[in-house]
Amino acid sequence: MTAVFEPAYEPWDETRGADIIAEHASQEGATLVILHALQEAFGYVPEAAIPMVAQALNLSRAEVHGVFTFYHDFRHKPAGRHVLKLCRAEACQAAGGDALTARAEAKLGVSLGNTTADDRVTLEPIYCLGLCATAPSAMLDGRLVGRLDEKRIDALVAEAQR
Amino acid sequence: MNMRIFIPRDAAAVAVGADEIALAFEQVAAINGLPVEIVRTGSRGLCWLEPMVEVAAPTGRVAYGPVSVEDVASILESMTSNGPHALRLGVADEISWLKRQTRLTFARCGVIDPRSLDDYRAHGGYKGLARALSLDSDAILNEVTASGLRGRGGAGFPTGIKWKTVAQAKADRKFIVCNADEGDSGTFADRMIMEGDPFLVIEGMTIAGITVGATKGYIYIRSEYPHAVEAMNAAIVAARRGGYLGDKIGGSTACFDMEVRVGAGAYVCGEETSLLESLEGRRGIVRAKPPLPAHHGLFGKPTVINNVLSFAAIPFILAEGAKAYADFGMGRSRGTMPIQLAGNIRQGGLFETAFGVTLGELVDDIGGGTFTGRPVRAVQVGGPLGAYFPRALFDTPFDYEAFAARDGLIGHGGIVVFDDSVDMRKQARFAMEFCAIESCGKCTPCRIGSTRGVETIEKIMRGERVAENLALVEDLCNTMKFGSLCALGGFTPYPVLSALKHFREDFVPAPTTLQAAE
Repeated sequence: MTAVFEPAYEPWDETRGADIIAEHASQEGATLVILHALQEAFGYVPEAAIPMVAQALNLSRAEVHGVFTFYHDFRHKPAGRHVLKLCRAEACQAAGGDALTARAEAKLGVSLGNTTADDRVTLEPIYCLGLCATAPSAMLDGRLVGRLDEKRIDALVAEAQR
Repeated sequence: MNMRIFIPRDAAAVAVGADEIALAFEQVAAINGLPVEIVRTGSRGLCWLEPMVEVAAPTGRVAYGPVSVEDVASILESMTSNGPHALRLGVADEISWLKRQTRLTFARCGVIDPRSLDDYRAHGGYKGLARALSLDSDAILNEVTASGLRGRGGAGFPTGIKWKTVAQAKADRKFIVCNADEGDSGTFADRMIMEGDPFLVIEGMTIAGITVGATKGYIYIRSEYPHAVEAMNAAIVAARRGGYLGDKIGGSTACFDMEVRVGAGAYVCGEETSLLESLEGRRGIVRAKPPLPAHHGLFGKPTVINNVLSFAAIPFILAEGAKAYADFGMGRSRGTMPIQLAGNIRQGGLFETAFGVTLGELVDDIGGGTFTGRPVRAVQVGGPLGAYFPRALFDTPFDYEAFAARDGLIGHGGIVVFDDSVDMRKQARFAMEFCAIESCGKCTPCRIGSTRGVETIEKIMRGERVAENLALVEDLCNTMKFGSLCALGGFTPYPVLSALKHFREDFVPAPTTLQAAE
């Protein structure tokens, strides 16, 4: 099955954003829940949404901004069309992950944490997918791949570039 | 009659093709007009054999693995005719790697359909809750205390004492929080049990709720585990529908409900107070203790916060009695530990066994050494904050105190194996780097110490004033160990110092004959 799954995100829309915020605002400790929901809809958390979240939760903008920037998951701008995450934690290191990461970086021409110039692929590190006995592992747009070797990483990179 | 075929839906199996194999079985069976029923289970934890497929047979489920799509047709033929196949492993329960285990917590994992409440109940599920509902709070606390269960997240604090503290606290609301922020590399037991037997975690949390008088629970799952999030959410819905969450649970007068909250990629949120901050919607900044979460936890209320595996051990203890659990183990480490064998290992996976098994048995005998076939040089036990052990310490028994006595920790039970190509300077540097990336920033030893640690180890790697810088790293480690607020800064020195102590040769340049050559 090589059907390329492409996450479809909506363009930022204030009314839609307000609806998403309102949907979750009554939960206790809702900040992360809302930020997740916004990112799921738009692919990132638009800056314009931060004061809206603050107002809905009766927090200061600084507080919401602080939460937003604390967590690695939240993006301030859209990622590339595909996101390839390579596990960089110890179990994957022990299984040869370092060389495979270097290989992916070379093939894509970007280092971890960056997006290719054509905006097709964002390459990111991830610290443990919990697939440590079938290492090294990766995640392409939410799809898990284990037992990576040179052939598999090449195929993943090629798929991401499509 | 339909032939029942069991294929894991566990993330580790899916990552190596289990979904494609399930599809192939359906297609090949349809083409051949074979009536089959495919049941998606959790994983048995024999990860090197994944995807492992089983078929129901009068003698017990027969396993095949590791299966690839090309094998499906011939395996189906073997299943139908009960004939031989190169990948046929025999009756699953008789596979020695499984048979040697003592599966108390993982008894059902890989066996049942994790989406089916009926399947859970048919395999002994909710027996623990039924017994708990027939007891009063003190009697349950006595059982949990007598079982000797200690926090499986790594700290090893007695669960019974923690629960008792919350039970005795007076408050208008109390909470049960399950820490499923399993961020340690080399660990996946939480993920496996959430995906393979999610009702077990719900049952454990429910028992905690009725014991301490809490009616609301949260399970905080890391975002890196989307399959676990999905499995837990589905199970919560099913449990609610079946009358096991909500009002009048299990036909009693007790109420308990729970929900999943998803983390956002911060390792430090596995630390309990940071997790509570995150649940409250804030930055995951560690809180100073005291006050303990048992007194002043989520939203300032008394809170039981335990690891997934701690809650998952509870139903067995209630159903079978404290003694049945405490009979296993050694010293003050009672019961079983789901140990995870990972990294460069031939037979990696989940091995649940009584405390006391030695590190050497686990790595060489059960794990079968490295998959690269090269000699094992170092194993890191207990995640990124755990010490690196050399072969010389392979006689260490798996026990909280025994590991502590050798400047290590068992943590969450993860063992990552490295072969002789490992450069321990690199590993020590990584430990500091990881701490620098993940530090919450509240305390100076962790926030700044980790960055200085990276820089100093890099100087050593470049051969700059090696002896002085080694002394500096050791000094820095001591500052972090004794001056940090939580285990992130406090335990990062374990991998660093153990690398320095046991693998000194990697840090000190080999005696050079340069001068003589000149």
